[in-house]
Amino acid sequence: MPGEGSNWAGVDLSRHERLVEELAGRLEPVRRLPAPEARAALWLGATLGVGLILAAWNGTGGFMLRMHVPDLAFAAIGAVLTAIAAAFAAFATSVPGRSSRWALLPLPPLVLWIGASGLGCLREWIAPGADIPGAHAVSGCFSFLICVSVPLSVLIVVMLRRACPLRPNLTAALGGLAVAAAAAALLMPVHPHDATATDLLIHAAAVTLVIAANGLAGGRLLGRQVGTG
Amino acid sequence: MILAVPGGMAARSWALASGSDHGVDTALAGGRNDGGARMALEQELAALMAAAQGGDAAAYRALLKACLPVVSAIARTQGVRGEAVDDVVQDALMTVHRARASYDPARPFMPWLRAITQRRAIDRLRHAGRRPREVNDPLAYEAEVDPGPAPGQGLEARDRAAALARAVAALPDGQRQAVEHLGLRELSLDETAALTGRSKGALKVNLHRALKALRASLTQERE
Repeated sequence: MPGEGSNWAGVDLSRHERLVEELAGRLEPVRRLPAPEARAALWLGATLGVGLILAAWNGTGGFMLRMHVPDLAFAAIGAVLTAIAAAFAAFATSVPGRSSRWALLPLPPLVLWIGASGLGCLREWIAPGADIPGAHAVSGCFSFLICVSVPLSVLIVVMLRRACPLRPNLTAALGGLAVAAAAAALLMPVHPHDATATDLLIHAAAVTLVIAANGLAGGRLLGRQVGTG
Repeated sequence: MILAVPGGMAARSWALASGSDHGVDTALAGGRNDGGARMALEQELAALMAAAQGGDAAAYRALLKACLPVVSAIARTQGVRGEAVDDVVQDALMTVHRARASYDPARPFMPWLRAITQRRAIDRLRHAGRRPREVNDPLAYEAEVDPGPAPGQGLEARDRAAALARAVAALPDGQRQAVEHLGLRELSLDETAALTGRSKGALKVNLHRALKALRASLTQERE
């Protein structure tokens, strides 16, 4: 009968007993991690703090004006929702036993964000003569996105590492998406231009860079840490 | 504080590891109330893990020991075989240790443990898959033996032994004694003659007839 005797299907018991004793011997009390929802909210709160500082610094007049343009407003809403959904999905997938289907959560807002940004390009064709950013402004946007992304990435990786992401690459990519969407949302109040094709390309490049960097570095950072803890 | 694994926990752990395999569940839970047993074990394990998060080493030891058969069963379900099962168990226990802060006692324990074990089993299978192997060897593939116990192993042997015992018991006294002493206990003719008080010639005749009768009755039974 399995379980009755001392040998379960050829399991090497003495080796496992030794490990059990060792792990029990070095057991220390741990502080239970808050629920993924709460931890995602914490990270989003920090992001919102950065946004408020930027808004106080730059003023929101131009931003409010641009929000009257439907596609810009939809792009902003899409970016914000993507950041929220991706952050929640990243924290949910970092906890064992939660379904990895949470990773699908950010897809609908992502479609809204990308779709609305794409519409902005179309508008540039339909209504030429809109405010096209020069090369200097474009590189400014790019460095803004990267500069905002780095601290947000570091924060989310540190927070995700505290849990146990069993699929580190998936979790890291979701974290990267959350960071990229948050950075794009934070750029909107400071962004002095309408969306254009160049602008969208720069956005796409920065967003891809952030997601890829998080996926590559984060996958390793969040990866197997067996035996270290 | 909980000091030891409650009796029968290991056996019930097996039922849990099998997931939706009701055959195993009913076999181990006595055919009744296996849902209740499952719930009780879930709660026990969740309580042990909550105590372990608080630093209770005895509860932690009991929890890990209860997890051993579950983890190895899940690993086998994932397709891990042989010594690799032990490696998965070790990896999974270490991950449980590292990830213990991420367990929320308000949620069931088994999905948490299963997720960890499945991931470690997949890691192990991928690792094994990266090593070069001969893949085009149909004979070796056919002849591959699972070293673990086959389902129902021992049942067949027990059935055979029971059938033989029934057939031997049905023999006339003289023949039965001849089979028992000469055939099963492997005594010599002299020893058997001294023991039963029969002549060696009679014993030989009895053994011969008994084997013939057994052959007939066992063949008949098999048909």
